[in-house]
Amino acid sequence: MTPALGWWGVPLAVLGGAVRVGTPFLFVSLGECITEKSGRINLGLEGILVMGAMTGYALSHATGNPWVGVLAAGGAGLALGLLHGILCTLPRVNDIAVGIALMLFGTGLAFFLGKPYVQPKAPTLPSIPFGFWSDSPQVQAALQVNPLFVFGFALALVLTWAFRTTRWGLVVRMAGDSSDAARAMGYRVGVVRTLATGLGGLFAGIGGSFLSLYYPGSWSEGLSSGQGLMAVALVIFAGWNPLQCFYAALLFGAAGALGPALQSVGITWGYYLFNAAPYVVTLGIMIVTCSPRRTLAGAPGELSINR
Amino acid sequence: MRREALAIPLGALIAAMLLFGLFMAALGQNPLEVYALIYRGAFASAFSWQNTLARAAPLVLTALCVALPAQAGLMIIGGEGALVTGGLTAAVVGHALAGAAPLAAQLTMALAAMAVGAAWIALAGALRHWRGVNETISSLLLTYIAIAIFNHLVEGPLKDPASLNKPSTAPLPDAMMIGRLPGLDVHWGLGFGVVFATLMYVLVRHTTWGFALRIVGGNARAARIAGLPVGAYVLLACALGGAAAGLAGMVEVAAVHGSANASIIAGYGYGGILIAFIARQNPLAVLPVSVLVGGIAASGGMLQRRLDLPDATVLVLQGVAFVTILASEALYGRLRIFQSPAIRAERA
Repeated sequence: MTPALGWWGVPLAVLGGAVRVGTPFLFVSLGECITEKSGRINLGLEGILVMGAMTGYALSHATGNPWVGVLAAGGAGLALGLLHGILCTLPRVNDIAVGIALMLFGTGLAFFLGKPYVQPKAPTLPSIPFGFWSDSPQVQAALQVNPLFVFGFALALVLTWAFRTTRWGLVVRMAGDSSDAARAMGYRVGVVRTLATGLGGLFAGIGGSFLSLYYPGSWSEGLSSGQGLMAVALVIFAGWNPLQCFYAALLFGAAGALGPALQSVGITWGYYLFNAAPYVVTLGIMIVTCSPRRTLAGAPGELSINR
Repeated sequence: MRREALAIPLGALIAAMLLFGLFMAALGQNPLEVYALIYRGAFASAFSWQNTLARAAPLVLTALCVALPAQAGLMIIGGEGALVTGGLTAAVVGHALAGAAPLAAQLTMALAAMAVGAAWIALAGALRHWRGVNETISSLLLTYIAIAIFNHLVEGPLKDPASLNKPSTAPLPDAMMIGRLPGLDVHWGLGFGVVFATLMYVLVRHTTWGFALRIVGGNARAARIAGLPVGAYVLLACALGGAAAGLAGMVEVAAVHGSANASIIAGYGYGGILIAFIARQNPLAVLPVSVLVGGIAASGGMLQRRLDLPDATVLVLQGVAFVTILASEALYGRLRIFQSPAIRAERA
């Protein structure tokens, strides 16, 4: 940190970090939001995220084009999401348990297939320099925004609109709020939920490709620090609202960026505790807003965590 | 039905082996050779048995952390958090008791670790019962919080200045390390696991208390109408499970690593979830399944050395097995060969 900015570097670094650290949170939370709106929980997004990171990196390395990697990561996520959706359509199969299985399966498969890609360097995604007007390198660094973040923001807006006004959004919400009503209207709840889970997996896979293709920008087995698991908590935190998922992802990203930012100005105390802040906040919010007698405001009625 | 409860998981495991064999064949490996190596790495020699059983010991205990709350109808996946806090507690208590009689100190360490683990999981149970907070998610969040506290303390106030490269707490005196089972070259953690699992099996299946617990798990409303204190049962089931996982942490510290450091966060909590599901939440069935899963994990090194496969190979096999086991849930009560003759006649 140069003396020119000093302490002002901290909020700036947190802002830049919020965007950088928050982007994978944004994608997994939007994916989980779609899945949960349809009435299922996918705890396996962690596995999908890691699998997406590996696939994206491998394909970017093979083709030399990082955007192919992003698409492939989405495809891998879609496949795993559909697997979750189809398994849960079987009678008496529990969605939470399948999610845990998918988490283990996805990470294991990604570690297995990704072994040859730990060393080689793959082309990564470019960034958009929103800080071009400033002379200060810190400002420029903080405003280096990745294109996936912009895409994720647009996605949050589109999803908010789609859930509110489109037929497709209404059907997903109906499957999530009352499967009986959806069935009475002639929709096949299992199919709706399977597709919603697949779409959720697609977004989570793209979120994974961000990890390996932008920040940190390489593939290793310790790449994910549980962002996929956090998705479930984040969606609860955001009240099942895609736009609030965006703000929540930024907030979680900022909390994650606080530790390193403080470290850069010499405060090393409590590094891990700051990292745990999002978990504590989520737990606190769940404790305050939950009640044994009513469900959470905005929660889809069919969700197994509400029963 | 008992035959069904045995045959369906076995069938699912065989299906998983077939799928994994196809996967291996697609990658140009001979599946039979892979399985032969897994067998050799896990069960073929005294050495491999030791390796397998040493891995099975913490898995038995963390699987109980899933299986016991499951009796009360709760799905707890935060055993890793109880293991981590229990292990840290054991290291701190053990260090504070340096110089005391080893047996008394070990007993205190174990009890302290169990108490902290029990409290950790009981917290998730309490939040579920009194606040309606989903226990699966809260236990997962608590795991992350536990790991953060663990890292904060181990790399901060509790760090042994002598541990430079790998931050650890001060090492336990050698006299306080728990020894090996007589006759077997495996540490006492395995004994703890077998005793704990057996006791829990008797408690759940053969006592009135266990019967009431299963009523709570089957239908909490019916249990309440019958006058059972549902909250107390939920809390106790969680506390027993947490105590098991806390004990696993103590075993890892006092029998394997000698101090609390990042090595005890090895994913035993997540392995325990897999085992509890394969064992269909039966505390006694947890024992053989833990040996099986521990054996698969132990054979990873053998596959790496002989076939140059990544160490994650065994993770893929475990993942496939988990998926097929869950999918096989759909088969219960549907296979004709397991139906009683009366039902078969009625359906015909």
